[in-house]
Amino acid sequence: MNAHALVVLDTQAPRLICRGEWSLTNLSKIKADFQKIVWPYPQVLTVDGQAVTRMDSAGAWLLAHSLKEIASKGLETSLQHFSEQAQILLALVEKRAIEPAYIPIPVLKRRNGIEQLGYTVVQQLVELKNFLHFTGELAFEFVGGIFHPQRWRWNELAAVIGKTGVQALPIIALLSFMIGVVIAYQMGNQLRNYGANVFIVNLLGLSVLREFGPLITAIMVAGRTGSAFTAQLGIMKLNQEIDALNTMGVTPGQLLLLPRLLGLLIALPLLTMWADIFGILGGIVMTKNMLDLTAYDFLHRFHHEIPLRALFIGLGKAPVFALLIGSIGCFQGMRVQGGADSVGKQTTRSVVLAIFFIIVVDAIFSIIFSRLKL
Amino acid sequence: MITQSPIIEVKDVSVQLGGAWVHQNLNLSVNHGEILAIVGGSGSGKTTLLREMLMLQRPNSGSIRVFEHELMTASSATLLEVQKRWGVLFQENALFSSLTVEENAAFPLREHTKLDDKTIKELAILKILLAGLPSSAAIKYPAELSGGMQKRAGIARAIVLDPALLFLDEPTAGLDPESADAFDELILNLQKTMGLTIVMVTHDLDSLWHVTNRVAFLGEGHVLCVDAMSELVKNPHPLIQAFFRGARGRVVQRRYD
Repeated sequence: MNAHALVVLDTQAPRLICRGEWSLTNLSKIKADFQKIVWPYPQVLTVDGQAVTRMDSAGAWLLAHSLKEIASKGLETSLQHFSEQAQILLALVEKRAIEPAYIPIPVLKRRNGIEQLGYTVVQQLVELKNFLHFTGELAFEFVGGIFHPQRWRWNELAAVIGKTGVQALPIIALLSFMIGVVIAYQMGNQLRNYGANVFIVNLLGLSVLREFGPLITAIMVAGRTGSAFTAQLGIMKLNQEIDALNTMGVTPGQLLLLPRLLGLLIALPLLTMWADIFGILGGIVMTKNMLDLTAYDFLHRFHHEIPLRALFIGLGKAPVFALLIGSIGCFQGMRVQGGADSVGKQTTRSVVLAIFFIIVVDAIFSIIFSRLKL
Repeated sequence: MITQSPIIEVKDVSVQLGGAWVHQNLNLSVNHGEILAIVGGSGSGKTTLLREMLMLQRPNSGSIRVFEHELMTASSATLLEVQKRWGVLFQENALFSSLTVEENAAFPLREHTKLDDKTIKELAILKILLAGLPSSAAIKYPAELSGGMQKRAGIARAIVLDPALLFLDEPTAGLDPESADAFDELILNLQKTMGLTIVMVTHDLDSLWHVTNRVAFLGEGHVLCVDAMSELVKNPHPLIQAFFRGARGRVVQRRYD
């Protein structure tokens, strides 16, 4: 007989002696000790608990569980000398989990491939419907606002422009400057081979004004502001702040959503203009160092070669991007429900969808412009 | 298990929050096996005291001993040993929203024991049942449960390691009277079967009369009185009288006289 075992079989009596601390910390040890016991032929077995110093519910569970296993081997067991508390615990555990009507552990149902596919498709359609509903409601509220100018939240609007526009100026400037440098470097390398150095101005001017300025700004703002909208509105939703507004007769649209959308609508074209300036500046710096084209020559040629149209086409995309980022950000924020998990999910979704649609819409613009020969 | 020294001993604790002294030389001890409630008016520092005992808020000075370990100077290993022996139910339950009830309850087991998956699941389910939830609630997420069920799920997680000490922060707040009564019963039951020592912060007069062995009244930055409820209400201190002699206090007291 092992002197340290927490459960041993006394073959003389015969009885099963439990001793020591029957607690969660010793659970694996008790289990191992049970494994070592060689069970006698079917007969009545007394289980003695006199030497148990402490028994917690995990210990009680293990004892009940093991006795049930022993019973299936044809041994009848009876408990004796267990402390009062241990008996309460054993009775409780027995009642709850070891009875014949043993409650199986419920399992989370997982969908199989086809179910998941169908589920996802339906989910996407429902989300599209809800999005249309959301934008329709906002548009309605916007039109209502035109007739009731006193409903406008100027302070909110100014705050949104400050946060999404003014505070983004440094990062957008830095980013576009570097994009200008990169483009000038790549294109300059090719142009130099053909001695067509001066055409860098055309390439850089057109690509920055028409494409890179609006696109980089929009993507940056989607990551910076769209995510902030979603997280902020989502937490407000969880906190029941949205419900509170609704009960006070202030729609979240008026106070929270429209100012965000309109603020972004104003800020994004301005940011795009700002990005254009720094993109070209980055290009000028790189061409000067690489292709020996002075800033004066660059700007002189820029003035002649780049039509004003290019600037306006670029700036014209910005409001569309702004509406995309704003509406997706706000919509995903308002869809938050449950808990912190949902905030994370919807914020990710907000940024991914916004960037996805920015690029899709940009591609559509390219097709339209090529058809219109702009 | 007879131990003479108290399970928690708070000595001369002072804490300053936002420029104001919340506690000044506060003393309190909790004995083995008792249910002690901490009460006091709003802003009297009940929750702060609880947070200090849990080492979530560090006092400016003083000593806090839990299981005879000095927490103020404890190494992280000692603190972990203490943390494995207590369970906490927070006011807003603080269930992990991305985990199911079963995963929530199993979380401490997975972190702190080396048991196999099946045993962990069985033990988690046992605690969920002990907390008075149906086993079907095990696969639900906290957001899908009612407030009372969330509390029970929180209890299940708090008792899953078979702690010796259980902290409850306003356990019956926000529950309807029936659920609150049932919750009181649950607390008494758990205390009896698992031999727990319970420290609870509560405003619920019914709980105070029905569940507690002793009640500590906080005010003016320290413990004004610690006594059984029936004795505490006789204390002449004006703050205590104001607290228990209101309309609600008298109605509840009459029921337990």
